[in-house]
Amino acid sequence: MPSIKLRSVSNFILRNVNLEIMDGELFVLLGPTGSGKTTLLNVIAGLVEYKGNVFFDDKPIDMIPPEDRGVGYVPQDLVLFPHLDVASNVGYSLRLRKKPKTYIEERVDELLRMMGILHLKHRYIKNLSGGEKQRVAIARALASAPKVLLLDEPFNNLDPNTASYLRIKLRRLQRKLGITTIFVTHDMHEAEEMSDRVVVLYQGELQQVSTFDELIFSPRNSNVSNFIGTLNILTCEYKGTLGGLAICDCQGIPILVPFEGGFIRRIAIDPKEIFVVAEHADIPPPILTSLKELSQKSQKYQIR
Amino acid sequence: MGKFRKWTLMIPILLLLVVWETVARTNVMPSYLFPPFSRVIVTAYLLIANGVLLTHFLSSLIRVLVGFFLGSLTGITVGILMGCHDALNEALQPILSLLMPIPALDWLPLLMLWIGIGEALPITIIFICSFFPVLYNTATGIRGVPKEYIRVARTLGASREEVLKTILLPLALPSILTGLRLEAGMAWRVIIAAEMIAIPIGIGALLMASESLLRVDIIMVCLMVLAVMCFLFEKVFLLLERRYTKWR
Repeated sequence: MPSIKLRSVSNFILRNVNLEIMDGELFVLLGPTGSGKTTLLNVIAGLVEYKGNVFFDDKPIDMIPPEDRGVGYVPQDLVLFPHLDVASNVGYSLRLRKKPKTYIEERVDELLRMMGILHLKHRYIKNLSGGEKQRVAIARALASAPKVLLLDEPFNNLDPNTASYLRIKLRRLQRKLGITTIFVTHDMHEAEEMSDRVVVLYQGELQQVSTFDELIFSPRNSNVSNFIGTLNILTCEYKGTLGGLAICDCQGIPILVPFEGGFIRRIAIDPKEIFVVAEHADIPPPILTSLKELSQKSQKYQIR
Repeated sequence: MGKFRKWTLMIPILLLLVVWETVARTNVMPSYLFPPFSRVIVTAYLLIANGVLLTHFLSSLIRVLVGFFLGSLTGITVGILMGCHDALNEALQPILSLLMPIPALDWLPLLMLWIGIGEALPITIIFICSFFPVLYNTATGIRGVPKEYIRVARTLGASREEVLKTILLPLALPSILTGLRLEAGMAWRVIIAAEMIAIPIGIGALLMASESLLRVDIIMVCLMVLAVMCFLFEKVFLLLERRYTKWR
């Protein structure tokens, strides 16, 4: 699978983007709405005009039309072909490449089995649920064994359980196939769960390329900080484990955190995840006076 | 249930025929002006037996088929070009907007002067009748396909020609077939009118001859043929629509 390089890429949204994505990496593209995430994918897929250069494995592909770039693309709204059934959608790229009929059938079955939707192969798209459509779209993008997989917020409109299940499935699949993947999202949890590395885009410009942890603990500028939100960073001292959780002393506050080995030196807590519990339901806790805004949910006070 | 329902749909038609027969036999109107249904059927049988109806019918049928086929084929071809090329669409759209509202029969005086009274006249009228609506429906159908489908098809390996063949035309097919269905019926209405005015042979010509001879029974036979042919032509395209657009 190729590495991807962008050199001085500019167009109506992007401004002088320089980026290098490693072979087999799952690279997450973060940024607010209108920051140019989808446009960046379209540049790599060859679907929009741009200045600058895009390289796959150090070979320029700027003059190569979209159909010959070897890219699998799952757009934000999936764009499954409504006039084709599931099997025909998945096998579309193979039919274009004039593959033998038996090969197409086997490959389609293999992909549908891998995505757990083999039983849906003869259904039309209108008869699928949101999660099923997502899986068909991913299977279709993988059918012709593309060199690069581009996923534009593919799990955007799914319920949290289905989205989480599909994220895990996609991550495993990506590791198994070793396919270079760019995953667009504006969801921090999704980025944390999926990424090898992340990039933050803001108004068409790259702000930071790093691991997710570096992004959280060392945001490079105010654009990044504003996007990820003001997190509470606490320095911690590891005290031991309890039932798979690490006990930490974080600046005098005892906190239990998921323990996956290694050292825990700092933790970041999203303000939205902090709840202040009142001893009596009708009496706000004393801490209230030092907070800007609280919302009461039964006996809990959520900091905004 | 399906067969039962089909038969129940026949009941209003049978009732109409019974009322027609009964009223005609009460001599509310003179029978030469309002013949009973049974007499119309006998007349139809005699017209078929002596070959008159077949001669006129075949003339009309051939004109409709040739004119409709050529008009639709040209309409679909130009519609595809307009649907795929923005510049061509922008160039032709004003002309289309001006010419399309003109009823096909309104071209008749001009065409009589330009091409004279002959077989080419009714075929040209049917051509015009089919061409504009089919062109409009084809171009609109293709232009109505969201651009995202084209983009995704391109990334999946489709060339521009393959996008047209595998995405644009199938997705525009419902619009094209609707246009063809409506114009298939319209072609029969127009050919009858054209034959009544300017052509000596055909169902329309037979209608006019019957009117001058006060043969209302023959007029009714001709109207029944027209009704059946409009129904059959529309039905064919309705079946095609159901068969090829069941994904909707």
